[in-house]
Amino acid sequence: MIDRTIIPLALALVLAPVVAQAQTPARAIDLGDAENGAEIWRYECAACHEMGAGAVDGIGPHLNSIFGRRAAALDGFPYSESIRRMGRDGMVWDFRRLDAYIADPYALVSGTRMSYQGLDNAQERADLLAFIRLYSDSPANIPEAQPTATRLEIDLPDRVLAISGDREWGEYLGNECVTCHQASGAASGIPSITYWPEPRFVAAMHAYREGLRPHQVMQTIARRLTDEDIAALAAYFATIDD
Amino acid sequence: MLLKRRTILAGLTASSAALAAPMLMAQARPRVVVIGGGSGGATAARYLARDSDGALDVTLVEPSRMYYTCYFSNLYLGGFWDIDDLAHGYGSLAASHGINVVHDWAVDVNRDDRTVTLAGGDVLPYDRLVLSPGIDFVEDSVPGWSVASQNRMPHAYKAGSQTELLKAQVENMREGGVFAMVAPPNPYRCPPGPYERISMVAHVLTERNPTAKILLVDPKESYSKQALFEEGWAKHYAGMIERVGPDFGADNVSVDPEAMTVDIDGVVEQVDVCNVIPAQKAGRIAQIAGITNDAGWAPVVPANMKSRMDDNIFVLGDASQQGDMPKSGFSANSQAKVAANAIRHELLDARLFPARYANTCWSLIAPGDGVKVGASYEPTEDRIASVEGFISSTGEDADLREQTYAESIGWYNGIVADMFT
Repeated sequence: MIDRTIIPLALALVLAPVVAQAQTPARAIDLGDAENGAEIWRYECAACHEMGAGAVDGIGPHLNSIFGRRAAALDGFPYSESIRRMGRDGMVWDFRRLDAYIADPYALVSGTRMSYQGLDNAQERADLLAFIRLYSDSPANIPEAQPTATRLEIDLPDRVLAISGDREWGEYLGNECVTCHQASGAASGIPSITYWPEPRFVAAMHAYREGLRPHQVMQTIARRLTDEDIAALAAYFATIDD
Repeated sequence: MLLKRRTILAGLTASSAALAAPMLMAQARPRVVVIGGGSGGATAARYLARDSDGALDVTLVEPSRMYYTCYFSNLYLGGFWDIDDLAHGYGSLAASHGINVVHDWAVDVNRDDRTVTLAGGDVLPYDRLVLSPGIDFVEDSVPGWSVASQNRMPHAYKAGSQTELLKAQVENMREGGVFAMVAPPNPYRCPPGPYERISMVAHVLTERNPTAKILLVDPKESYSKQALFEEGWAKHYAGMIERVGPDFGADNVSVDPEAMTVDIDGVVEQVDVCNVIPAQKAGRIAQIAGITNDAGWAPVVPANMKSRMDDNIFVLGDASQQGDMPKSGFSANSQAKVAANAIRHELLDARLFPARYANTCWSLIAPGDGVKVGASYEPTEDRIASVEGFISSTGEDADLREQTYAESIGWYNGIVADMFT
């Protein structure tokens, strides 16, 4: 069994020379295996979050420098009221809180819009946090790699992505969605669909329509939507309270 | 005479124009009365009020101060939910949306005068009336049973005290006793409901009273999600449930609540708890309004849920006869949004959108073993027609079933937020 406290530094040497050159402070908490964490990130987080140089907010906020950041601190990201309240109350993301949040988002922040069922395995969480921590030491430590976000899940012609959605039509069509997906953004058993960047919303619905995303209800719903319907829904849900 | 009639028509047109411009004539706000505060009525009232920004005068008439959803009441029977989890109040509809919530019974509708009379004596005028009264039971559909005997043999098909009674009877049943259900003929509220209930009772008895038996007396040849329920019952409750179908006389059933017996085509069974779910028809106010057909349901126009018998009345949910959609809370909620758009178009000249309907029904077979069935629907000339459907498969793995169950909880939270917040 290798002493875990040395692993982040060793991995940093492999993964990101920039990190290795920095003075990595001794850590009070044992972090996990960042290389394994990078793998977990790809499957569990990257659909919604970006990290790295030039990372921007997507369905979720970017997570550069999340360690030490106050909850709901980024300007311009439409956080849930629940997490804003925790930020106002002074919650700062540290290992313990991130670990609890990733384990069961709704237990820590009951009204969160993060549609994530949680990661049960404590070791996997430690590995994941070790990876995320690489992007947090200080701005200088952020690896100069491309942002970690994945591409859109489905190739869509520019024509489709360029459709300007009819928001009023989207609101009417969206009446069908909010029977299950709460308009408040609260997610409990069914994901939140509010405030997504429009291209991501469009891509998700096209992926259901094409059968790339598996879900009987969503596939059935998507199959009767036109490209214009999908653009309208994306336009509405991206700005639902405006 | 003709000239005079034209004058009157012109006058009407002028006043409709005034109604369409409420900002200019605030006292002439068009009035919509909604009868029934369930999935159809609460949704319709909320969408009408919310989307009209005060331009409509919306009144919701509902006798109960607290609404208990019939859907998920089986989870309460099964011990998974508390009765309070099913209860929802109307405060937010009044406070957040300006809806005039009146807790009273509607006892009469005068279609010529366009008024609704309440049991308390008040008379409410309307420009459009939305009827969403749910179901009533067909008298003598199960000979021997009546509302007077519903304490001995609960229906528990309108949620609340009846559901609490049935749960207590199941839990207190003698060791090795027999729970019987007389299932309803088609059409009825919540097609998988009786069978989910059988599942939940079986779950309770397996835990508390494992030698007990369940006798399902069913007048139908087949029923919703049958393969899924049968698979689940064999897996979770082997040997406990016996279903008697019409081939063995279940279409000729009577009960004796005093003796606690069920007579199945001449064969008398002694039982300990008996859940009688009678044949159903539209809620009584729909019959009083004179918009029901011989079958006891209110036929509607598929494109907008308008009564086929009165242009000023819309009928939602279980009470309506519309075609292929099941009688469910989800359907009623879906129909309410179409009707609300049509009403806002007629009264406020709001943009009219084509009707789109959808439904999904989830059922719980055992802890964490959830299944679903659903479809999307479109209006045709004569009916709301199913476009495309889906159903859970037999043999699905436990993770998927668990996810389906979690999804059903999410749906519940979603629809009650869509009705009551």
